[in-house]
Amino acid sequence: MGLGVPIIIPVSKPSKGAAGKTGLWRVEKPVVDEDKCIKCWLCWLYCPEDVITEGPNGFPQIDYTFCKGCGVCADVCPTKAIQMIKEEE
Amino acid sequence: MTLTIHDLRKESGSYLPGSAACPGCGATLAFRIASRVLGPNTVYVVPASCFSVIQSPFPKSAISAPLYNIAFPAAAATASGVYRAYKMLGRDVNVVVWAGDGGTVDIGIQALSGAAERGENIIYVCYDNEAYMNTGIQRSGATPFRAWTKTTPTGKREMPKDMPMIVAAHRVPYVATASVGYPFDLANKFEKAKKIKGFRYIHIFSTCPPGWNSPVSKTAEVAKLAVDTYFWPLYEIENGKLRITVKPRKRPLKEFLELQDRFRGLSDEEIEELEKIVMEKWNFLLHLEKSERVF
Repeated sequence: MGLGVPIIIPVSKPSKGAAGKTGLWRVEKPVVDEDKCIKCWLCWLYCPEDVITEGPNGFPQIDYTFCKGCGVCADVCPTKAIQMIKEEE
Repeated sequence: MTLTIHDLRKESGSYLPGSAACPGCGATLAFRIASRVLGPNTVYVVPASCFSVIQSPFPKSAISAPLYNIAFPAAAATASGVYRAYKMLGRDVNVVVWAGDGGTVDIGIQALSGAAERGENIIYVCYDNEAYMNTGIQRSGATPFRAWTKTTPTGKREMPKDMPMIVAAHRVPYVATASVGYPFDLANKFEKAKKIKGFRYIHIFSTCPPGWNSPVSKTAEVAKLAVDTYFWPLYEIENGKLRITVKPRKRPLKEFLELQDRFRGLSDEEIEELEKIVMEKWNFLLHLEKSERVF
């Protein structure tokens, strides 16, 4: 309409990392011990952030870009194959 | 047919990692599982709630499904309209309201009751974190007896509303309670609700670690204990017939209360009183299970 003002339609587009790289929030990092893992996928089921996927070797793989380090996966793991390790400075 | 973990893993969900939800959020956990069961042919309507910070930040949203943001009291009314608009276009979609407990039991109850009475063909989901968490932990109509919130510093003195029963009294085809600690039970209830026509209501007990002051890693554990200590019984009411879906594992209520600081400082008498209330409710449900029709 010749006003020279850009018109923004308030529609959000789906995208990973809507709140940025949420992995930066993490204090402790979950690490999978593949010797103990029995591939029950309970960690995948209970992960609130949907960051656990099947890795190339068939074991759970955690996307550390977005993992917030809540530790629910380590808590539900029946064989204690996931350890929470302090993030280094 | 009951869903297994392999069925769930085959489906694709509508949740994208990297949202603004708190670590250990029960609502995103519930949404991940529910969206996998509901499938891609689903439109969501979300009133103001914690979930707004997940799907509505501009310009990026963490939900990959079509979604409509609406004011607090209007969710059920909007969903009715959304369903009818799609029907006019000749498309059959699942219209799902994803509301918090404030938007359901307090502010949204009028529209919800109206939609239930009209028998709108929608699924109304309440993820219940038992207070207004998004605005800073104020008590809601769903906050349990004796629980601490910022507006009930000495513990809530009133009983929470029994919302699933209030909706069931509208004689809707399907009402269920679920918990994020029992994800298979939750998934199967959504699977069942998806196939039923008419107004369906699912009330999900959803852990909130910052609001309940529970350890972040214990999201699943707290929700599991809520069921196992009879605090949050899991049942469904299908066409008026009540069925208890998960048998609690008879754990003492103290175990559930101890995990959360919102119940800190309760005296033994108060815990006993809570236990009595919880068991009364459970025995009432057992009694209802025997009857032909609840409502």
